[in-house]
Amino acid sequence: MKLDPNLDTFPKLLFNRKQTTPDRPAIREKDFGIWQTWTWSQVVDEVKSLACGLAASGFRRGDKLAIIGDNRPRLYWGMAAAQSLGGIPVPLYQDSVAQEMEYVINHADIRFALVEDQEQVDKLLEISDRCPKLQYIYYDDPRGMRHYSIAHLESYDSLIQEGQKFESENPAYLEAEVNKGSTRDISVILYTSGTTGYPKGVILTYENILITVINSIDFDNLTEKEECMAYLPMAWVGDHIFSYAQSYVAGFCVSCPESGATVMHDMQEIGPTYFFSPPRIFENILTTVLVRMEDSSWIKRKMFDYFIRVSKRCGIQILQKESVGLLDRLLYLIGDILVYGPLKNTMGFSKVRIAYTAGEAIGPEIFEFFRSLGINVKQLYGQTEASVYITVQKDNDVQPDTCGIPFPGVDVRISETGEVQYKSPGVFQSYYKNPEATLETRTGDGWVFTGDAGYFDDAGHLKIIDRVKDVGRLNDGTLFAPKFLENKLKFFPQIREAVTFGDGEDHVSAFINIDLDAVSNWAERKNVAYASYQELAANPQVYEMIKNCIEQTNMDLSKDSEISGSQIKRFLILHKELDADDGELTRTRKVRRRIVLERYGSLVEALYSDVSNGHIENEVTFEDGRKGMMIADLEIQDAQVFDHMKKTG
Amino acid sequence: MDTEASQAHDTERVREFEGFILEVDGVFVNFGGVKALQDVGFSVYEGEIFSIIGPNGAGKTSMLNVISGFYKASEGTIRFEGVDRTSASPEQVARMGFARTFQNIALFKGMSTLDNIMTGRIVKVKSNFLSEALYYPARDQEVAQREFVEGIIDFLEIQSIRKTPVGKLPYGLQKRVELGRALAMEPKILLLDEPMAGMNLEEKEDMARFVLDVNDEFGTTVVLIEHDMGVVMDISDHVVVLDHGERIAYGPPDEVRTNDDVIRAYLGEH
Repeated sequence: MKLDPNLDTFPKLLFNRKQTTPDRPAIREKDFGIWQTWTWSQVVDEVKSLACGLAASGFRRGDKLAIIGDNRPRLYWGMAAAQSLGGIPVPLYQDSVAQEMEYVINHADIRFALVEDQEQVDKLLEISDRCPKLQYIYYDDPRGMRHYSIAHLESYDSLIQEGQKFESENPAYLEAEVNKGSTRDISVILYTSGTTGYPKGVILTYENILITVINSIDFDNLTEKEECMAYLPMAWVGDHIFSYAQSYVAGFCVSCPESGATVMHDMQEIGPTYFFSPPRIFENILTTVLVRMEDSSWIKRKMFDYFIRVSKRCGIQILQKESVGLLDRLLYLIGDILVYGPLKNTMGFSKVRIAYTAGEAIGPEIFEFFRSLGINVKQLYGQTEASVYITVQKDNDVQPDTCGIPFPGVDVRISETGEVQYKSPGVFQSYYKNPEATLETRTGDGWVFTGDAGYFDDAGHLKIIDRVKDVGRLNDGTLFAPKFLENKLKFFPQIREAVTFGDGEDHVSAFINIDLDAVSNWAERKNVAYASYQELAANPQVYEMIKNCIEQTNMDLSKDSEISGSQIKRFLILHKELDADDGELTRTRKVRRRIVLERYGSLVEALYSDVSNGHIENEVTFEDGRKGMMIADLEIQDAQVFDHMKKTG
Repeated sequence: MDTEASQAHDTERVREFEGFILEVDGVFVNFGGVKALQDVGFSVYEGEIFSIIGPNGAGKTSMLNVISGFYKASEGTIRFEGVDRTSASPEQVARMGFARTFQNIALFKGMSTLDNIMTGRIVKVKSNFLSEALYYPARDQEVAQREFVEGIIDFLEIQSIRKTPVGKLPYGLQKRVELGRALAMEPKILLLDEPMAGMNLEEKEDMARFVLDVNDEFGTTVVLIEHDMGVVMDISDHVVVLDHGERIAYGPPDEVRTNDDVIRAYLGEH
């Protein structure tokens, strides 16, 4: 794709808006209880003064401007102002502690910082001794700043004043600087919050972002009429693309909430048409709704329950414009008036045309709840290194457990080891000052290694199953993705924890931990007597129930040729809960596979022989810290496996 | 960066003041035979944070009630900005520029945060029956008052509970709303009755920060009562300590902290 050289950077796009759509709203912020709106023309003027103010302080091409704070119009303008001067904005996570900021500020050679308020200023002052390059700090909110008399610490307003003075003295300066910008220049450096080691600064050029954004606008038909909330951290690539880049290219208005705590309420007032969030937010919204329904009156509860059943039955089909019986269609219509409509209004989803969830896998039930209400939520698989987009679900072609098809312009391939790799116009240039990491992640010809294991299902949709380093193979070469299987099992409320084995074996087998709450509740209803966890776990009826769960999982797996071979053939129910005190789980409740193998080796052996029970003796730690021996004989059962078959329907 | 200046910001607050705004002199209060206050006197500088502390039953709240006009002193005088106002009624005291919060929170539970704070504006509304009955004057009045109240909501960071009935709010937030209502009166002196009682550490720190900010941003003189010495000593400019209705110490926190009588009153005699 060739970009128009007059519109190939964000500043050029912004200044062009003053000609094309000067009076349309560009950005809003709720302040003092009222939505304040700035038009594109006002934003251009503001960014001009701001850029000139920075220039007057000595901000030059290649300088970096740290941006720290909640989503505020002035901080977004700071990005555009830095870019206008050929500088590079570096947004930081606003809730980072000072020490974390210190690393990024030093690593990115930051001289200037534009921050939201006193809190952020204090953090920067705390580390200023150790950040010799940091010279200028500007703050948006003057509250509490009265007594700071420190050189080069100034308010946003005084920066604007300086800028206006500079502008009247050098009227042609800024335009010349903007025109010097080229599409190959660095647009932004985004630091990824790596779980291991130091964060890495991902360098993206204007070209990377613009081509990706133009494709995405085309893909989703985004227009200048979209409404979008800017409420996710500005340092996150998602916010940068959705609230900044797409807004500048498509010309739609972005709204900044009053505060983090008012997002839900502000969303209800704005009614976004285009919405983006990690699964966590959808989970929170759903929980809030369910809790509030519990507290509502009897009649409302009945209505809610009834119509949610209707929407579960036919909502998704109606959303995807598939054929649905007349009666269901009618009921859904009534439900829309009585329940779904008011519910969507409360959640702020009345006008949503496209919503994306990304960042991690969303639970299929949560996902389908929103879709069945007629909200077009879709999943997206992306990375900072790709300017977000790798694969996307298309309208009317959405499978809950996939990430959709490759995004326009993106090539995706699966390596020998099962790793997802991609190549696209959005692929990052390098990690800032980290050539080793760049080499490890990106080949010379532009393929990026995601580290995620996945495969394309029979319909061509990408499924992400695990991290590559955790994936193994059965002896016949079938992919074995333990976490994927275990997560599938854990979706059953009866199963609290599962550990699967299969790497280098002939078939897959599993340890199951029952969920005491769910299973004891069931036992009470079924009049099943038991005296202890151990006794309940060994109960034949419980075994039968778990076997059912496993067979359902197997049935599901059999639908996919890639993983059909990794169905669970043998399993046993453990006599004790896996416990962090015994080292079997981490404190955040993740299974420590190596320790489990060590402690239950004899049981694993039994699973891979033909015996029908296994013997286990090991030491356990009781809650009061005493230790004791636990001895048990556990039954091993076979579960039915299914032949691979094509999906029905 | 200029690090010397940044460190200077962290040093302890020692501030200079001019002129008293409130002078309490030889006040006695009796309930029948009970002597709630005996010959208590102290002076509050304009613009300072002043604390009245003491163990339970020391007479702190009685003192505050005398200042706010709820109780009448049987002897002694209270001067405000140099003028004797000993016998003023609570309503007159409020109009003079005193606002207070209560130990047990006295808000309208069924009304929203916004409406509760709006009630604080009543002393500031300048209108009559006729103008209230007409659309435009009433609207302009409402807009002006609302704008002021929104400033307070922003200041106290309670935007997210603007429309929530205060009865549904947790205790710490109710205290903050009550502070908001007092601030809506644009007081010259803010009287706070145990603003941190019953709070956890985090809420106490929040409240202490708001008290400091109010004093700093608006220049409001703050008189507060606490029986918990910890936080108060850190934020006060001067402190008076009461015990059994008598003044046992008076001065800057550092002097009061080491005073033997104060230690005895708090720890008992050994």
